[in-house]
Amino acid sequence: MRFVDEFRDADKAHALAAKIADLCEPGRQYKLMEVCGGHTHTIYKHGLEDYLPESITLVHGPGCPVCVIPMGRVDDAIALASEPDTIMTSFGDMMRVPGSKGSFFDAKAAGTDIRMVYSPLDSLKIARQNPDKRVVFMAIGFETTTPSTAMTVLRAAAEGLTNFSVFCNHVTIIPAIKAILDSPDLRLDGFIGPGHVSTIIGCRPYEFIARDYGKPVVVAGFEPLDILQSIYLLMVQLSEGRSEVENQYTRVVPWDGNLAALKAITQVMELRPYFEWRGLGFISQSAMRMRPDYAAFDAELLFQVPGVRVADPKACQCGEVLKGVLKPWECKVFGTACTPETPIGTCMVSPEGACAAYYNFGRLHRRRVVEVSIS
Amino acid sequence: MTDGATWVDEALREHEREARSTPRKAATGAEREQQVLDRIDRARRRRPKVREERITMAHGSGGKATRTLVEAVFVDAFSNVLLDPLEDAAQLQVNGSRVALTTDSYVVSPLFFPGGDIGDLAVNGTVNDLAVSGATPLYLSAGFILEEGFPVADLTRIVASMKAAAEAAGVQVVTGDTKVVQKGKADGCYINTAGIGVLEHEVSLGVANAQPGDVIIVSGPIGEHGVTIMLARGELDIEADLISDTAPLNGLIADLLSATTGVRALRDATRGGVATILNEVATSAGVGVRVNEDAIPVSAVVRGASELLGIDPMYVACEGRLVAVVAPDQAAAALAALRGHSLGAQAAIIGEVTAEPPGAVLLKTAFGGTRIVDLLVGDPLPRIC
Repeated sequence: MRFVDEFRDADKAHALAAKIADLCEPGRQYKLMEVCGGHTHTIYKHGLEDYLPESITLVHGPGCPVCVIPMGRVDDAIALASEPDTIMTSFGDMMRVPGSKGSFFDAKAAGTDIRMVYSPLDSLKIARQNPDKRVVFMAIGFETTTPSTAMTVLRAAAEGLTNFSVFCNHVTIIPAIKAILDSPDLRLDGFIGPGHVSTIIGCRPYEFIARDYGKPVVVAGFEPLDILQSIYLLMVQLSEGRSEVENQYTRVVPWDGNLAALKAITQVMELRPYFEWRGLGFISQSAMRMRPDYAAFDAELLFQVPGVRVADPKACQCGEVLKGVLKPWECKVFGTACTPETPIGTCMVSPEGACAAYYNFGRLHRRRVVEVSIS
Repeated sequence: MTDGATWVDEALREHEREARSTPRKAATGAEREQQVLDRIDRARRRRPKVREERITMAHGSGGKATRTLVEAVFVDAFSNVLLDPLEDAAQLQVNGSRVALTTDSYVVSPLFFPGGDIGDLAVNGTVNDLAVSGATPLYLSAGFILEEGFPVADLTRIVASMKAAAEAAGVQVVTGDTKVVQKGKADGCYINTAGIGVLEHEVSLGVANAQPGDVIIVSGPIGEHGVTIMLARGELDIEADLISDTAPLNGLIADLLSATTGVRALRDATRGGVATILNEVATSAGVGVRVNEDAIPVSAVVRGASELLGIDPMYVACEGRLVAVVAPDQAAAALAALRGHSLGAQAAIIGEVTAEPPGAVLLKTAFGGTRIVDLLVGDPLPRIC
């Protein structure tokens, strides 16, 4: 298949892996964080760690949109969806994320009308078809999905739809990376930068990481060779003692981002003073809310939102996993109390979550049954 | 934390009990990781428990949630030697004859889709469940649950395709039932079929028969029915030239079984796809399964749609594909027999059964890495980015 197979070529992967191994200084350990959950998924889905020397550890970062949603926001959303004559729409990933009283799937089974959509625009279709219902879109995601929410609100405003609103949970990646960099218990050597977020915000926002923290950043694509090449570029920088922002994903990511998308976001949304992240706590200016001009589409103003704050279960160590301090298997409840069937922490829910990815795809790696030989 | 998250507390208590029973020693990182992984293996072997208070869609997906429900509720109540193997059909002795019995319900939406409709699906699915147990399918029952207001023309069309499918498979519909429910209490038309077949050969084709060294064959490109249905629902605005693979497999299976005695296990890959079958082989037989992504036949359309949606064709349903576990010295004969039939023209060897690691399915990716192919909890959910 074009645009796919050429980025999964095993021969090229072997060649790159050899170059990466050559760049490793003997005795030195490298910790590289892939910020984005999409990268985590690719790494496990294709078994990419098989190509890396043992001295390179990939740390799975906070860039999984559903993993950073705190339990309280899920409870709030279910409360919204349970209002009379209400239809809530959300992305598929969100359906299994546990709140303190269960997930969207559980709420749906109990009679709440929660529907899975593939695009926020589908919510408008549902709103048009159900003029006597209030349709609330549970908006989640980083800058990748924020523009489509903004465009949906603009479309709803242009159409004069009065029964559509957004429960806005959009978050921004830079404050989360900064929180990780400022975390005292963490030592990273470099970052594999998020690809799709960067198609919107460009590469410039990462410059402080290279300049102020001295860590190299390579913005990477989502095919396995993209990631391997980005690791190679990071290793070249590290071996030369450089720390710069490089763009491996030039076929998609413009250096300055997507100005039209940024404009749409700015028109509809503004930064919140602070927002709670699962496991990371409150981070200032790290999430978006609707601007007063679009208050008519802001579910938080239109409805009574309980504003529940739910502490994470004490045994759950999602925060440490999200910061990369712990590997998934080092969490106390990993794989026993917390499994993909009954996730306690959000990292176990989405296939992009570090714990679910490790549980589903990575468990046996460590047993060194890596060699699969088929005649 | 607020009250209400009782299942979390319960899960944590269970975890504590488990943790206490395995004292922790000071150990190296690798040893500790191994201890954790062993603990997970034990947790996975424990008797399943349904934690949800209500049925969710995941319970019907064919994945882990379905298995948990079946084992914890149905097998728990009905347990007997005929049911417990949980094969596609039960094998009975009736007055000295060996008979296979199966049943299946069909709730597909939309009712009509490219390549078929709920009618031929209801016949083929039950025919296939009998055929993979080694039986010659003979007679079917058909039960209809119809929603008030359902067009008679649609029902006639569905029944006509059931008739055609039954003729093609060489079976007869010999008894039936009709119920009508109020508008809104069903989605147009649901069908249940049960089927009886005779077991003429002394064969046992359960997945527990798999042995290390056996090869694994699929009879054709995977995932075509499931992707066709997803696209036919019209939610995705993707147009593709793809039709469902729904077909009766009894002819293909008869050819296979007459060509070789080396077939150890057969399954048709329906809900949960090929990945779920491979996991059933690994779990039931206590063996490892290793498959090679490069060798698995997947059409370009299914691959493309799966890439766009972020789903894995290994978990997508087929309705006319079988997975065969075959003794290694008979692999070539089995493959030739399958390829000699029009429904098996693209049959391929996709992997092998191994002694280690028991209970796990490993995939060698086309990229050259290795990963686990586990059961999904529920339906494959599209990823957001």
